[in-house]
Amino acid sequence: MELKTAFAGTLESGDILIQISPAEKPGIEIELESTVAYQFGDQIKSVITETAKGLGIESARITATDKGALDCTVKARTTAAVVRATGKDVWKD
Amino acid sequence: MMFVPGNNPGMMADAHIYGPDSIMLDLEDSVTMAEKDTARLLVHNALKSIDYGDTEMVVRINPLNTPYGKKDIEAVVKAGVDVIRMPKTETAEEVIEVEREIERVEKEIGCLGRTKIMAAIESTLGIVNAYAIATASPRMMGIALGAEDYCANLKAQRTKGGEELRLARETIVVAARAAGIDALDTVFSNLNDMETFRNEVEYIKSLGFDGKSIINPRQIEVVNEIFTPKEKEIEKARAIVAAIMEAEKKGSGVIALNGKMIDRPVVIRAQRTIQMAIASGVLSPDEA
Repeated sequence: MELKTAFAGTLESGDILIQISPAEKPGIEIELESTVAYQFGDQIKSVITETAKGLGIESARITATDKGALDCTVKARTTAAVVRATGKDVWKD
Repeated sequence: MMFVPGNNPGMMADAHIYGPDSIMLDLEDSVTMAEKDTARLLVHNALKSIDYGDTEMVVRINPLNTPYGKKDIEAVVKAGVDVIRMPKTETAEEVIEVEREIERVEKEIGCLGRTKIMAAIESTLGIVNAYAIATASPRMMGIALGAEDYCANLKAQRTKGGEELRLARETIVVAARAAGIDALDTVFSNLNDMETFRNEVEYIKSLGFDGKSIINPRQIEVVNEIFTPKEKEIEKARAIVAAIMEAEKKGSGVIALNGKMIDRPVVIRAQRTIQMAIASGVLSPDEA
């Protein structure tokens, strides 16, 4: 699936800013910055990876700046970034 | 009903902690056009994941004549929203169109009839058509006033006393009562003027409204305090209901209590006081 660079989210408390861009090598590479990375870093990365893969992304570079987002917010922001990067919406027109 | 912007995940996660009766996640006016797509996804995922308990969950969608309305309906119906709030409703046909879209999605996921509709009336045409809107679908559960757009359309200025809204408010309550659904008043947006807010809530309660739209948790306490029946009112209501039940056993529909005639309309008002007391948590159903 062809990707262009796209963003979704904000740096407000309770949110996460996701940037997705084409990767140079196969697989999903995630760079995460979070104040709760020690406790929840693996969980946040896992939600991002599962969400992106569920939308057909096999290769991408994702930068995530987390401000204490719940899993549902991580999922929503990752989905939005993928939709913006691929142009393929998850809802019917 | 507390308004929460649909593009603010922090507020969406915390809103129910303050105990509003219902939460309205907004996809319309509080979300810029550039963020409609992301807000829709946030609201969809929040509804599916956050445990809002008994709080009634409402989502204000964008109108169907925008590129966002149909997608909003799909997203929130699939997430199991309780009520879809239509903005700027002017005709019964608009309600029927929203109902049709809801049905399409509900059929797809196998939950036909689950989603209710509330219509916000925000124009003079909407007020003229209030009863037709209120009765346009069996899914209709309430109508609400949106005062800012209504006043702009009326070519009137907002005032502290709200005289410019009197006809609209009365029309909405009468239409809602005639249709057997709820009437909800508009928001009060000056958070620093709690005295005028309190006066307005007392006023709209006296008109017959079922509740008030609010924009901040600070306003919840005042609304609950004013809408919760006082101890004296509850005691009086219980005495009336007990007296009429006793009279009905004896085959009479009219009685006197403390020297005043008690007939059917008085009993209906007493029953409503008891229902409100139970809903407010100050009276247990066993005591009623």
